[in-house]
Amino acid sequence: MCSLCGILGCDDHWTNPIGRPGVYSRNTSSQSRRAEAARRLKAANKVLSYRRLSLNEWQGRSYVLTSPTGASKVFDALSHLWPEAEAMAARGFDPLDEALLDWMEKRR
Amino acid sequence: MTPVLLLTGFLGSGKTTLLQRLLADPALSDAAVLINEFGEVGLDHQLLDRIDDNIVLLKSGCICCTVRGEVAEALQNLHSLRARGEVSFARVVIETTGLADPYPVLQTLTAHPVLRSHYANGGVLTTVDAVNLDHQLRHRAEALRQIAAADRIVLTKTDLAEAATVDRLSARLGRINPAAGIVTSLDPTERILAALEPGQGAAAPVHVCDAGCGPDPDHDHDHDHRHRHHHAHHDDALGVTSFSLVIDGAVDWTMFGMWLTLLLHKHGDRIFRVKGILVIEGEDRPVAIHGVQHLVHAPTHMATWPAGPRQSRIVFILENLDPELIRRSFAAFTGLMPARVAA
Repeated sequence: MCSLCGILGCDDHWTNPIGRPGVYSRNTSSQSRRAEAARRLKAANKVLSYRRLSLNEWQGRSYVLTSPTGASKVFDALSHLWPEAEAMAARGFDPLDEALLDWMEKRR
Repeated sequence: MTPVLLLTGFLGSGKTTLLQRLLADPALSDAAVLINEFGEVGLDHQLLDRIDDNIVLLKSGCICCTVRGEVAEALQNLHSLRARGEVSFARVVIETTGLADPYPVLQTLTAHPVLRSHYANGGVLTTVDAVNLDHQLRHRAEALRQIAAADRIVLTKTDLAEAATVDRLSARLGRINPAAGIVTSLDPTERILAALEPGQGAAAPVHVCDAGCGPDPDHDHDHDHRHRHHHAHHDDALGVTSFSLVIDGAVDWTMFGMWLTLLLHKHGDRIFRVKGILVIEGEDRPVAIHGVQHLVHAPTHMATWPAGPRQSRIVFILENLDPELIRRSFAAFTGLMPARVAA
């Protein structure tokens, strides 16, 4: 259930839709699902580390976002990642923020 | 999945006239129709000849804020009726009120836990009044959002406007939404409805710079050594810019998804449209993406490559955002994953 809005079964992020004819998805088998989940965590953590946050999976069903001070937040849907990360960091994650872009470009 | 065609357009732009005509075409003979009407009496409903059990009038007027639940309820009801064998339809047409932003309806289709399993975006058809467009764009933000959300723009009342005016408006609409095909209401129905659904051609950016831009003073180009080609169109009166990124090399799907999700989370209110074809690492066929404001539809796996070089192409329609910053952001994010340095 969505922890923000209370709707059941809402974890259907556009990058990870349920596999069906014509739809591009890596959510088609257990193996591809796990591989994509690992890539997703890696990609998210590259950005989250800008504000010293980190993301992990919890039992393969939920996400756990943690801060360097030990705060943690569990949520079910990838669509909640950035609102939760901004709330935890008490600052924004703006992909058009030049400071963030400078930081990312230096890490390349 | 039942496709849902959204018919939108500003007040008086000819939505109902067009709908009457489309419903007479065999292509929509199996359609159920939902009509949202602003005001106490649903006049549009009574203008339709084909009033039957498959036409439902949504009563609450403003589709932007109050009808989302009503749309969901009506669609669920139609699905239930069909499941019980009481009605039969293969597609749905929703005619919005002229004051509607199409985004909430599209979001309802994508996010609703029941609807998303039974209905799919069947494209957005926007009627635009050739006589009153300039005035509407100056005074009503809804008109701009309807145009930006369109997969196809139907220019109406062209017989009442000068040919030069129609040409100028077509060019202006092309600058606002280069991802949409532009037809007139005088065109054949087949042309108006052709390949509207995302992934069937409408998801492909149709803008071809060399052929379509011409000597436009609001048009600029630049190239850089990373093989990205960026061109932009500006409508200064509206603060709207449309531009495309063309990327050589395969895109890392995961990081691209992370980037676009974050971009729309922060700036979705000012990004009217994202539409593109991606060359994805490890995939033989292109993937089409299709977004309106904060919403991105499920990506579609296209059957074949479009003509031309196999490059990723992404069209953005923005309000008061810097295209160059978006290009830099794309490069910074997608450059983070080592496997993705493909250019």
